[in-house]
Amino acid sequence: MDTVAETRAAPMADAMVPRIVRVRRRVRDLPGTVTLELEPADAAPLPRYRPGQFTMLYVFGVGEIPVSISGDASDASRLVQTIRSVGAVSEAVTALKPGDMIGLRGPFGTAWPTDELAGQDVVVVAGGLGLAPLRPSIYHLLANRSQFGKVILLYGTRGPDEILYRRQLETWRKRLDLELEVTVDHAAGDWRGHVGVVTRLIPRLAVDVAHATALVCGPEVMMRFAGAALRDIGLPEETIWVSIERNMKCAVGLCGHCQFAGMFACKDGAVVRYDRVRRLMALKEV
Amino acid sequence: MEGLERILGEHRLFSGLGEEFVDLAAGCAKNTRFNADEYLFHAEDPADWIYLVRHGRVSLELAAPGAGAMQFETVGEGEVVGLTWLLPPYRWGYDARALELTRAIALDARCLRDKCDADNRLGYALFKRILPVLVQRLQAMRLQMLDVYGHRR
Repeated sequence: MDTVAETRAAPMADAMVPRIVRVRRRVRDLPGTVTLELEPADAAPLPRYRPGQFTMLYVFGVGEIPVSISGDASDASRLVQTIRSVGAVSEAVTALKPGDMIGLRGPFGTAWPTDELAGQDVVVVAGGLGLAPLRPSIYHLLANRSQFGKVILLYGTRGPDEILYRRQLETWRKRLDLELEVTVDHAAGDWRGHVGVVTRLIPRLAVDVAHATALVCGPEVMMRFAGAALRDIGLPEETIWVSIERNMKCAVGLCGHCQFAGMFACKDGAVVRYDRVRRLMALKEV
Repeated sequence: MEGLERILGEHRLFSGLGEEFVDLAAGCAKNTRFNADEYLFHAEDPADWIYLVRHGRVSLELAAPGAGAMQFETVGEGEVVGLTWLLPPYRWGYDARALELTRAIALDARCLRDKCDADNRLGYALFKRILPVLVQRLQAMRLQMLDVYGHRR
């Protein structure tokens, strides 16, 4: 009996026990937003992950939060995560310096359907910090560019001084095999880019809607509008993917904090097909 | 004129509208060109023209003391600049400035209004084209007002 109990308990215990990792590098992306590169503090390799997954980061004595993985999944040497300071724990995470230790659990959750995109036009729609969980999928698309049709990245944020990964976007913009449009909600007169919400860029898309997939991540209201705009240009709901966020605590579907109607955002998400959540996203009770 | 009719007929606002209506509207149309930073119109000017952008990009903006021009929307290829010409008092509520070399079809608003009044079928057909543009911009403006990137939403 003891043996059986141990066998059953072991995977959950592993998932619930943080591993110690070290901050290798810290990049300040925006005021209050940093990207951390984490490396092993022991001889074991870092966990592998799929684009769209998240981890739980634990600052000892402060608390634990879910954080999107924003790095290149093909790079096993480091785990890259982008965090915005919005509370006590995220403030502590963003204050970490190279050499500091932190607890890590995961990766958890579902992933962007990168394996199913071959031959498709791919439209990536990101809003604000929503670019972070999408970046691993963009790395994948660009690293395997010949497998896909058009690759389009639409990114919207509040203003020109709040563009995440600005230097990288400028590099990507030079690529001829990526259509990249950045828009801001408001701008001063010297801004030369688009102004207006990111959903306004969607009607201008020229994609083969019968062979296209959209990956959407940002504030939930923005994803609702983006989903509607993508449907309006003819993308079937089942070809649109979104990333839902709720109050993730255990990250393994046990505690119920991240319940999203009949789902747990941590286990059944964060990445889900839009047709599964379209109506739920409009309900204030969910 | 034949060229203008073709260009007008290919613009998103008139595409599929029917030759008869396109010909009517083309009678109010002319080609225009604006260099970067040239203004199409200023706030409080009479709303005499509607611009159908063919190439380039136009910033819609408001000036505030101490803040200079604040852009709240950009309008690009295939889109429409200026919807105020539809309703009295036919006056612009903001500035429109070309951000880059911009080519557009300018439609004489008074001419177009007169033709819509004279032929209600044209008026109704045109209003059905303009209304979605207005609704789309209203929706976008709502999203802007929510400031969704400012806080967790």
